[in-house]
Amino acid sequence: MNERKIRVLVAKPGLDGHDRGAKVVARALRDAGMEVIYTGLRQTPEMIAEAALQEDVDAVGLSILSGAHNALLPRILELLRANGQENVKVFLGGIVPDEDILTLREMGVAGVYGPGTLTDDIIRDITTAVLGADAA
Amino acid sequence: MTDVNTILSSNRLALARLLTQIENDTPAGRATLNALFPHTGRAHLIGVTGAPGTGKSSLVNQLARHYRKSDTPKRVAVIAVDPSSPFTGGAVLGDRIRMSDLRGDPGVFIRSMATRGSLGGLARATAGIVQAFDAAGYEIILIETVGAGQAEVDIARLAHTTLVVEAPGLGDDIQAIKAGILEIADVLVINKADRPGVENTERALRGMLQLAHPVQRIFRHHGRTERVSPDLTPPVVHNRDTPLWLPLVLRTVASDGQGIAELAQAIARHQEFLVKTGDLQRRERARLQNELELRIQETLVNRWRVSITNGYYEDALEKLVRRESSPEEVVLNLLAKEA
Repeated sequence: MNERKIRVLVAKPGLDGHDRGAKVVARALRDAGMEVIYTGLRQTPEMIAEAALQEDVDAVGLSILSGAHNALLPRILELLRANGQENVKVFLGGIVPDEDILTLREMGVAGVYGPGTLTDDIIRDITTAVLGADAA
Repeated sequence: MTDVNTILSSNRLALARLLTQIENDTPAGRATLNALFPHTGRAHLIGVTGAPGTGKSSLVNQLARHYRKSDTPKRVAVIAVDPSSPFTGGAVLGDRIRMSDLRGDPGVFIRSMATRGSLGGLARATAGIVQAFDAAGYEIILIETVGAGQAEVDIARLAHTTLVVEAPGLGDDIQAIKAGILEIADVLVINKADRPGVENTERALRGMLQLAHPVQRIFRHHGRTERVSPDLTPPVVHNRDTPLWLPLVLRTVASDGQGIAELAQAIARHQEFLVKTGDLQRRERARLQNELELRIQETLVNRWRVSITNGYYEDALEKLVRRESSPEEVVLNLLAKEA
């Protein structure tokens, strides 16, 4: 039997075109031994949920620098749940004001990362969230 | 084990999870595949291979769109394979980027796959995923492979129709891959045909085909040119009783859909050829035999690994490193240690 691989969807919802951060994270997760499905720019919540379903991912990493996180995240979480993927861990990176972080966490976002985050921290959090949830 | 009926009724979440189980080669996944196997054998499998950057993903995107938009839309599954890092085992799977046209269509299912460790493992997983899609009622299964190499040849063995994708300006690549890749092509696609140099690429490929398929002499004997028909009549040569398929050479521009209808037509003609000549059964038999061989090898090796204690293996490796025994002697010695 092969070892279990952590599969992560990395996507950029919404209209901002700054994908450097998403690419850096995708690369870091790859180097941590994960399988990263990279879907690129301008993804709608529907596209993200559909890709997460077809790829049976363990986690979804979203990059939003447009400030639209309060509109996009609830919709993505709702669609994941509707598809029966409530176990999928959702992480968010980008420009998120401190006052929004708590709301997002309460909504079910597993982690929020701003500028200056170490990729090692993201890797650690995803690994813990996915493998911990599996053991439970 | 997954309830077989959820797969047969094409429950997408159940199918997605089954694909993961197959990739991870879990006992549950194996059990489900065993139960699904009688429901397979209906899909047409199309392999798409070629050097990196020739536009395979875009071509797959366009072909899938074509099948969805036809008068009798077919359900399409895509298996997109990208390489794993040999050092970390991680992978970035980026083929979906080119396939966003297919979003929101419940008749399309795209699954990305990393090559992971072994060639044999990839071939096994791909075969399993194909069976799952087939049982779930996907009529067209497009398998897009990494680039050039032995893996492509293995995966081509899975497919009924193999497309080899080339692009202008990759002349050296043509040279590099001619040994393995061209021989597996049923249709040669020159993508990015709006680029300069397309005539040279086409000439090189046709030249190569002439070398690879000496049967073209018969073409001339029948008073026809060796140029494979631009009007897409089936390039079938009747050499006594054995009809032969000569690979078609087609031009496409996947970014704007040029030549896609013709490509789909060529695939349909190849499928028709396979059915008419009985080649389909032969290929199917060869395909299943190939899978059987892989399974036997894998099962035997796994069984042997369990039987051998780790110490013996390490000792044997040490002897090899110190040049005390040859690889052949080490293997014979190790196999003799089997309990």
